[in-house]
Amino acid sequence: MVRIYVSSVIDAAADTVWSRIRDFNGLPLWHPGIADSRIENSEASDRVGCIRHFHTRDGGMIRERLLALSDYDYTQSYEILESPMGVDQYVATLKLTPVTDGDRCFAEWTAEFECAPGRERALTEQIGAGVFQGGFDALKRHFARR
Amino acid sequence: MLQKVVRSTIIDAPIERVWAVLRDFNSHDQWHAVVDQSRIEAGERSDQVGCVRNFTLKDGNRIREQLLTLDDRQYRSTYCIVEATVPLQRYVATVTLKAVTDGNRTFWHWESTFATPPGREQELREMVARDVYEAGFENLRRHLAHGGDLRTAGAAPLPVTLPLPTRRVRAVRYGGAEVLQPEEASCAPPGAGEVRIRQRAIGVNYIDVYMRRGWIPQLLAAGGAPGVEAAGAVIDVGSGVHHVAPGDRVAYLGHTPGAYCGVRSVPADWCVRLPAGVDDDTAAAMLLKGLTADYLLHDLGHVARGTRVLMHAAAGGVGLLVCAWARSLGAIVVGTVSSEEKARVAREYGCEHVIVTRDYRFADAVQGSVGGADVLIDGLGETARAENLKALARRGHWISLGQATGPLAALDPNVLLEKSISFSRPVVFDYVATRTALQERAQRLWTALERGDIRKPPIERIALDAAANAHARLESRATVGALILVA
Repeated sequence: MVRIYVSSVIDAAADTVWSRIRDFNGLPLWHPGIADSRIENSEASDRVGCIRHFHTRDGGMIRERLLALSDYDYTQSYEILESPMGVDQYVATLKLTPVTDGDRCFAEWTAEFECAPGRERALTEQIGAGVFQGGFDALKRHFARR
Repeated sequence: MLQKVVRSTIIDAPIERVWAVLRDFNSHDQWHAVVDQSRIEAGERSDQVGCVRNFTLKDGNRIREQLLTLDDRQYRSTYCIVEATVPLQRYVATVTLKAVTDGNRTFWHWESTFATPPGREQELREMVARDVYEAGFENLRRHLAHGGDLRTAGAAPLPVTLPLPTRRVRAVRYGGAEVLQPEEASCAPPGAGEVRIRQRAIGVNYIDVYMRRGWIPQLLAAGGAPGVEAAGAVIDVGSGVHHVAPGDRVAYLGHTPGAYCGVRSVPADWCVRLPAGVDDDTAAAMLLKGLTADYLLHDLGHVARGTRVLMHAAAGGVGLLVCAWARSLGAIVVGTVSSEEKARVAREYGCEHVIVTRDYRFADAVQGSVGGADVLIDGLGETARAENLKALARRGHWISLGQATGPLAALDPNVLLEKSISFSRPVVFDYVATRTALQERAQRLWTALERGDIRKPPIERIALDAAANAHARLESRATVGALILVA
């Protein structure tokens, strides 16, 4: 089992950041690596169990199922159903926690998955530094004070 | 009903370093200022789950707490009060750390639940939140910044500090705004009596312009960096420095220029620690200007109820502070400005009689509205000389603060005789020449700000590298309020 953990601090209240990332169909609106997204079978994007079908900017198609959504804990978990990355049993969680001193929040993005031997490092780099940190960097830029 | 308190922060240190302190259940008397003395009962280890720490607080209260959970994998510690002289009942607290991988920092979450005697819920919630948790965050931050965790008996001394790279803006020669040019530089570690500061905001003042033009060569040699004030955080301190520590937020004011940079070492005596309510931008925008207003009104002008004060450039950084402060002292405030927009702002800040003039004609208006000025604060200089003399009341005091229109030519004492006029030519540094004087005046300034006697001026922010633009704007008379450079 490979585990990835990336965390950051975003200069805006958890509520504010959550309203930008909560929509399971909203990746293209805030993540620079995602080109488009739709929810399969016309389901609501906050219905646990719905499937998002999207393309990365480099053309890869990914399908992911929403496993958990909590407006109380600012948490979203999902699994990969289909992707070109070569990962199995991939479950990821994106979570915000308020930081009480100052108008900012602590953001965590974790993933656990299986992959072919020898691929761990490349996947960790691609997902951790590319997808997760790339997303946080975009949020930090969006909410930058100056 | 159980009370719940949650507090969290970000500590600028790797999680391993923060956890090394917090996992030691008996370390709090070394880093938390409210804790006086602590010991572990029955000779147990301080990381033994079940051990009891027995400690006294600085206020005399006594508390015994038991360690319930210690988790090195989740960076978590849970503990409860077993006996205390403070009325916290069924108190269970959890400290959790998480790594911030982006920047190698630490997220620290501290929460507890407890019951209280009826009616004391809010008071005790606030006590726990503020005096224990929030103060603890600050205290641990300072402890780590001091290297307090590295200084255990027999441990090696702190690593020798190194020069730090920084951006700096120099006046490559005397001249117009364009001579200000940014470059890469390095800042040496602080020497004895010095502190090294990561500057976040740098005040821009007219004295910087005079230095750049070459009007004060004894202060700024050609090729030097201007700037006499800034605010930021202390990185490290040299030997013999006790009143500020690494991690402290400070602002400074000093007569040796060089503030137009990102990292700078300055004498610790120039520094004042900033109250929580004063952010870096405000401090850089207000320190020199506010201390100037303070000595002008209190020391030089003896401004009181009914004093007629004439302030030129009333919508400038010093002008707005003088207007507001003089008004709160009961003075009658007359100001000159160069545009209607500035007139509106000056009025907002307490200037009663605003004269809009672009050609430095104002004496008749001053005489007409208030019958002459008892105190005249003049940043204009030579071009306004005749009008100034005419605007002054009998026994008026002409304070020449600046020379925006050109250096004041020699003054014949006999022109003062006509109305028994006094003339002063002060500079702020002589009013803050000792550390005590600086601290007292700065305290008076922050208190006046907090009480609403003065308001923070509008602040215009320009990047350090674009310092030339800042000077050009200041000289074009386009700015309202204070200008700062952000590093």
